[in-house]
Amino acid sequence: MRKPVLEFQDVSFSYGGKKPILDHLNVTVYEREFVTIIGASGSGKSTLFRLITGLETEEHGRIRINSEQPKNRHGRTGYMPQQDLLMPWRTVLENAAVPLELAGVSKKESSIRILPLLNEFGLNGAEHKYPSELSGGMKQRVSFLRSILTGSNILLLDEPFSALDAITRLSMQEWLLDQWEKREKSILFITHDVNEALFLSDRIFVFQDTPVRTLQEVVVPLGRPRSLRDLNDPAVMELKDKLIDQLRGGVKRL
Amino acid sequence: MKKYGPAVLIVIFLFGLWELASRFVNLSFIFPPPSGVAIRFWELRETLLFDHLPSTLAIILIGLAISIVLGVALAVWMAVSETAERAFYPLVISSQMIPTIALAPIFIMFFGYGIWSKVVVTVLITFFPITVNTFDGLKSSSKELRELMLTMGGTKKDIFLKVQVPSAKPHFYSGLKVAVTLSVIGAAIGEWLGAQAGLGYFSRRMMTQFDGAAVFAPIVLLSAVGIVLFLLVKVLEKRSMKWRNKE
Repeated sequence: MRKPVLEFQDVSFSYGGKKPILDHLNVTVYEREFVTIIGASGSGKSTLFRLITGLETEEHGRIRINSEQPKNRHGRTGYMPQQDLLMPWRTVLENAAVPLELAGVSKKESSIRILPLLNEFGLNGAEHKYPSELSGGMKQRVSFLRSILTGSNILLLDEPFSALDAITRLSMQEWLLDQWEKREKSILFITHDVNEALFLSDRIFVFQDTPVRTLQEVVVPLGRPRSLRDLNDPAVMELKDKLIDQLRGGVKRL
Repeated sequence: MKKYGPAVLIVIFLFGLWELASRFVNLSFIFPPPSGVAIRFWELRETLLFDHLPSTLAIILIGLAISIVLGVALAVWMAVSETAERAFYPLVISSQMIPTIALAPIFIMFFGYGIWSKVVVTVLITFFPITVNTFDGLKSSSKELRELMLTMGGTKKDIFLKVQVPSAKPHFYSGLKVAVTLSVIGAAIGEWLGAQAGLGYFSRRMMTQFDGAAVFAPIVLLSAVGIVLFLLVKVLEKRSMKWRNKE
């Protein structure tokens, strides 16, 4: 039996008691799983992340991380926001070092740990550059490196590639899969791109209407490692059409 | 040099115009030509540079130092505590409605003809831009970045030191640049109203003697002080925010 790393048990949430977003929701994400959350904008996807990271507090139910229910979920997950949110006044090395700095790791020790990783992230030679000197793809890699360095086994990626051009995006997706396989993490990935979801994930959760009561779950019928060509498989094509129809339906009803 | 060429040309043109107009009017005791001012400056160089400049410079530097310490401290306090913000922010803003210059005579009465009455005037004028800019800078930090720090387990203190302070730096320097230019004005006006030395005091004394060129000479020096201080702040700014040069 796989170990659950993230569990929502009967969780309800609304902003200030007004607009209910989650209604007695149950979700489980397992160890080393790649789960994508897909849905139209405004469907509460980001709220899910705000709950997991502890920026918001559930009104009802339990959220368990690695089978514990911590009082304060801050610092338990590696969160990578939609915009890279790098500090413009810090170099690549200093930006990546933020989570280590917060954990009290010395400057020397953290550069010893980060420098070899930069190579692997295609950032060699960029350690003393400022974010304004980097391309969009490089910034996202620094941001991803920063979320990895939190040391958490759960990574939350909120539409990380939505600002990138199509070509960069494809190579970043392949690169992400590579990293995920190597690092033994569980990844929760928000997107509104069906292709991206199918290519990356083991399971896809579809967010339709708020309040969310149950998540429709789709298992992607593809093995690993995958290539982009696998998306042309008839079963996957059919699934893709189905998903698009569902998402459209959600929008129509709004 | 190419960059500032047009500005230099305009200055040369205006000085030329002034020179011509002044020679034409020919009342050099109230409207001296630039050449006359330059000659007078050279004649008075020792008195100006060694008697009066140090006194004015002391007022400016002490005043600015006090403003920076008090202004930054108040800005930090208001940024950290909402109660402090509600208590002081409206006061700081409305204090600007008081014509500080008009109050200067009172300070002369309180603090006498020594350096401190002028320092008080300088502090009152320069305090505002430093405080308000620093405060706005501390408040301007991105909410997303502060939240990201929280998700990484950062404390309030971490967020303040690692996000808010760096975000405030550019604002602090803009405030300081305004304050530096105002400080020269503050010191000069303070000295007009009552002093025993200083460039403002000297300029006013020459006025009573109808020595137009000698009224202008210390003003040239005051402007130079303002420009040098401004450039100094710019150098500091560039040094402390190297990342900005790359943008």
